Amino acid sequence: MKRFAELLLNLILTSSRNDKIDHIVNWIKDSNSEEIGWGLSIICEELEISKVKPSMVKEISKLHIDKYLFDLSYDYVGDMAETVSLIWPEKNDNNANFSSVTLTNVIKDLINVQKKEAPELISNYLDNFDQNTRWAFLKIITGGLRVGVSSRLAKTAISKYFNKNIKDIEELWHAFDPPYKEIIEWCREIIEKPKVKDKPIFRSPMLANPLEENDYKLINPISYLAEWKWDGIRVQLVSMKNEVKLYSRSGDDISNSFPDIIENSFSQDFCLDGELMAGSIKIPGSFNDLQQRLNRKNPSKDLIRNMPTFIVAYDALYIKGQDIRDKSVIDRRELLKAFILEEKLSFIKFSDEVVFKNFKDLEGKRLQCRQDLNYEGLMLKLRNSTYEPGRPKGPWFKFKRDPYSIDVVLLYAQRGHGKRSSFYSDYTFGVWNGYLKNRELVTVGKAYSGFTDQELLKLDKFIRANTTNRFGPVREVEKTLVLEVAFDDIQKSKRHKSGLAMRFPRIKRIRWDKPANEADTIENLERLLNVRN
Amino acid sequence: MKVDWIKKTKEGIQVKDGSFFVDPIYPVKKAIITHGHADHARAGHEHVIATLETLEIMKERYGSNFCKKSTELKYHEKLIIEEVEIFLAPAGHVLGSAQVVMNFANQVITVSGDYKRQDDPTCAAFEPIKSDIFITEATFALPVFKHPNANTQINLLIKSIQNFPERCHVIGVYSLGKAQRLIKMLRNNGWHNTIYLHGSLVKICNLYEKFGIDLGDLEPATIQDKPEKPHDFYKGKLILAPPSALADRWSRRFPDPILGMASGWMTVKQRAKQRGINLPLILSDHADWNEILTTIKEVSPKEVWITHGAEEALIYECSKNNLTAKALSIIGYESDTDL
Repeated sequence: MKRFAELLLNLILTSSRNDKIDHIVNWIKDSNSEEIGWGLSIICEELEISKVKPSMVKEISKLHIDKYLFDLSYDYVGDMAETVSLIWPEKNDNNANFSSVTLTNVIKDLINVQKKEAPELISNYLDNFDQNTRWAFLKIITGGLRVGVSSRLAKTAISKYFNKNIKDIEELWHAFDPPYKEIIEWCREIIEKPKVKDKPIFRSPMLANPLEENDYKLINPISYLAEWKWDGIRVQLVSMKNEVKLYSRSGDDISNSFPDIIENSFSQDFCLDGELMAGSIKIPGSFNDLQQRLNRKNPSKDLIRNMPTFIVAYDALYIKGQDIRDKSVIDRRELLKAFILEEKLSFIKFSDEVVFKNFKDLEGKRLQCRQDLNYEGLMLKLRNSTYEPGRPKGPWFKFKRDPYSIDVVLLYAQRGHGKRSSFYSDYTFGVWNGYLKNRELVTVGKAYSGFTDQELLKLDKFIRANTTNRFGPVREVEKTLVLEVAFDDIQKSKRHKSGLAMRFPRIKRIRWDKPANEADTIENLERLLNVRN
Repeated sequence: MKVDWIKKTKEGIQVKDGSFFVDPIYPVKKAIITHGHADHARAGHEHVIATLETLEIMKERYGSNFCKKSTELKYHEKLIIEEVEIFLAPAGHVLGSAQVVMNFANQVITVSGDYKRQDDPTCAAFEPIKSDIFITEATFALPVFKHPNANTQINLLIKSIQNFPERCHVIGVYSLGKAQRLIKMLRNNGWHNTIYLHGSLVKICNLYEKFGIDLGDLEPATIQDKPEKPHDFYKGKLILAPPSALADRWSRRFPDPILGMASGWMTVKQRAKQRGINLPLILSDHADWNEILTTIKEVSPKEVWITHGAEEALIYECSKNNLTAKALSIIGYESDTDL
């Protein structure tokens, strides 16, 4: 347990992805199979302890610690597990036996304890652990680890240590419950790869490459089929023996967030690949709408009613008891289309083929995407290609609509994070509003990417030399530098003074040459907004 | 308890209708200064009374004209101003730090300044003085703050340097007190390698050495004078810098630095994470919750006044023990910055 607590501490204090992987790998080396399994289930936030609730931690603390002092402390620290771990009265005779308590002991105790004995169990552990171990122990109960590790990163660490393919690990993952005994034993080559035929597993998705100019010559309607690239989030919907799961593109189980999708019943087993959209098939919503539903673990009935979701399905991996990933995309889509018809599902739309005559015609279709909020561009798929996990070059291309671009003026800058932590790399910018003397710059967005390391150094230098004001970590600068900013979409928003917000703005070019008074106006941006709606 | 000869004004703690002040925020005619940190020791007073060490620190920071007249007062040496009998007692905070003990009309009032109770090989240890009113700081007056024994933190640092010979350690330390304490404790724990200093730490380290505190081999953390590859040179080395330099590009010149910070605030993990700290060292120049409570017990005052910090919790705790406590809320003493 102490070793696992050390791992969590190391993870929270490291921002580099590779260092995090190294920390996990080192911990795996020091742990046995069962501990590895439990630990990963905690890191991936997949361990459910039903008998010990987070509220219990608070109640127990208040038995041992003055309530008023506790509240002041919690208010200061801002995290329940950390507050309790710090404030818990230290016993000088920390029981030496407890330094050998394993993570497995702790989890088993938490799972098996009777509800009325839980407070005593928790107190006993807290009395005998050191501060960092208390913190990790309480985090297991309260959840919300906040150590900056995604489940994908955790799986990457396992694949690295055991030298297994991450796709295999992802496929097996959701077929087993913590502590994933079968997966770890297979990793250790104690057992053969387990069969997971009857489980609603996640299958690694096939990804597309952006279509570049060199690829244009490949594209013709005989070899490639085209579909709209819908602007939602990529999901995999699986039903196996009446167990239904919805996975994100990275293999996170997001079923709980979308009861409107998974609480449907299906008469057959399947695994389909598609885009989750807000709204209904008749009136699809924008990506902005969908954001109201993302990352909500238990959405209210009202929210579901006001902002329903549906799936645009474009591929099938498993249908009628058969893995069909070896069939061509044309055959898979035929099976998918028939399946949707048979099941008469109101929340699944088949992604229709977009017919085109030649590449020029296709480019025309791509321009149409600008007028429609729901299309991010086109997908192009080689008609006879099989479903290959990963990002093979050639069979699938994404042909995105061009980003918009405008010239803005740099207004504020802030230091970045991670490897950019010492440089001013977060930029808030604005456009002109009003006329003549009343003209002023209003903020429209913030960008922190798109520039090269060389450009970053120059921008950093400009900001330091032209600071006019400071607000905590934020520097206001001389309003003279014009940036060309590219972005994918524009929406109404209350976040910025301009009443507009851009989607994924990034710095395209630094216009050292352009005077600030020639930057874009808010009217130009509003015109774009009107075209879109 | 009725007290009419000492009160809080906008300048800070005023004694005998302005005859003198303790650690005033604004320039005054006569000031007694508890210690050299910039928020307590400000420039521009006419007459400054303090320990020799504090006077030297002020001179180093503000130049020799930092006041018109200065009076050195040794610990326990008596001085009388307007019938108030005054002496200084060690506060254990930084070199030369002192409590101001004042006796008038049979009332003893002690201003603690900033203080701590843990061992510090670079300054004299705190002495509790029985007083009727104890005017204390409360920077870490919350029960979540329990500073571990400082030696454990020094050993964490030594271990980390040994574990990562390919990287360098850049540790954020306040330039007066924290830097020298960290260095001296490393030496006392048997770590004698050269330590490299950010420019802003050099002067005060020299001053400590002048007062007989041997800090071992120190060198400026420059890159221009290093042979060809400063990156290789600094592998496995320890560099100390003020906290503000950690987030700045200054620290980027070193090879894959592990960023550390020596501060009581490092108790809170999310706080360390926010600042991008990889190696938090809980090393504080201030008393933690239990030290404050112990100190109050030893001083056994009839009333506790609190200058700055987390007053609410301390007032509450005092009143639980039937002790009157009140907040002076002096604005200008930093309690939540880079200390």
